[in-house]
Amino acid sequence: MKILIVDDFSTMRRIIKNLLRDLGFTNTAEADDGATALPMLQSGNFDFLVTDWNMPIMNGLDLLREVRADDKLKHLPVLMVTAEAKRDQIITAAQAGVNGYVVKPFTADTLKDKIEKIFERVNG
Amino acid sequence: MQHDKSSETEFEAEFEAAVALHAPQLQQSFAQGDLQEATRIIAQISQVRERTLYLEVGRLTRELHNAIIDFDIDPRNPHAQEMSQITDASERLQYVVNMTDQAANSAIDLVEKSAPLVTYISYEAQSLTADWQRFMRRDMQADEFRLLAKRIEAFLLRSLHDSDQLSANLNEIMMAQGFQDLTGQVIKRVMTLIADIESNLVKLMVMAGQVDRVVGIEHSAEDLRKKHHKKNNSNTGEGPQIHADKLDNVVTDQVDVDDLLSSLGF
Repeated sequence: MKILIVDDFSTMRRIIKNLLRDLGFTNTAEADDGATALPMLQSGNFDFLVTDWNMPIMNGLDLLREVRADDKLKHLPVLMVTAEAKRDQIITAAQAGVNGYVVKPFTADTLKDKIEKIFERVNG
Repeated sequence: MQHDKSSETEFEAEFEAAVALHAPQLQQSFAQGDLQEATRIIAQISQVRERTLYLEVGRLTRELHNAIIDFDIDPRNPHAQEMSQITDASERLQYVVNMTDQAANSAIDLVEKSAPLVTYISYEAQSLTADWQRFMRRDMQADEFRLLAKRIEAFLLRSLHDSDQLSANLNEIMMAQGFQDLTGQVIKRVMTLIADIESNLVKLMVMAGQVDRVVGIEHSAEDLRKKHHKKNNSNTGEGPQIHADKLDNVVTDQVDVDDLLSSLGF
């Protein structure tokens, strides 16, 4: 299971990486923007994407849309982990095809729960 | 020509007085068909108008000059950039970003150093417990017990050492939170700077309003508001919501998010 973690703040990437490691996911990579993440996804055989929304060059919503528009990537499970908390935005993300939405600040349990739910649906 | 008399300047009052004085004379000269006299009176009123305009502009220019000094930058000064309040505020906020980044990374470093110690203690204690229970059930040979005794001794030694280390790490994590004091002070200062800048801007706005009045221009507040209306683009983010509990269109926690999504069938 190869997971890509995308967030423009290195401390957040570190926290998510550690939480994933505690859950047994040790094969992770990081990107600091949607713009750097997309080529990594296109060439990297990732099984899961965890991404923030607000990023300077390409934000998480645009990254999600690019992923869903790409034939090779459109089935990639995507979990958004973000401070964006407006109802409109949550709905927009859901309509754009996000598989899970975690709002910051979040707990380790919440992250675990959402990841498990996504894999249940993907495998079920 | 209705306007707020309370904000009228002495120059405007002077002009109004001149018009009031000459108006009846003007009417009379028209009534008498004396175009030459009428023209002379109009020229006189015009002169007063020009003079008051000139003095009014002079006053506004001086006020503008003072307002710029309040902003603490003379644009002709080669060091204007470094001295600007906004540059100062930006630098202070960058300091806050740096400090909080450093503190967060230190704390995570310490957690990463501590976790393996705790994991080992837990793991070894579990294993020793299993063997100890065998011993208590008298399910153990003498030489096995001798090995167990040695392991327990090693474990006790290790635990003493590791708990000291963990204590020290916890202490360091606490100390790493000291950033909040410094960043709090800096942020408070930036808040003051911002309030300062805002009040100087308001002064400029008032002056701009006075310029409009002096030259007789009226801007429709309605039109200005329309131009200023920000496009609500749900693509770009707003960052963390600080008044989530008071706003209807904002969720307050993960439970809200989950409820919203499931209510829409996601």
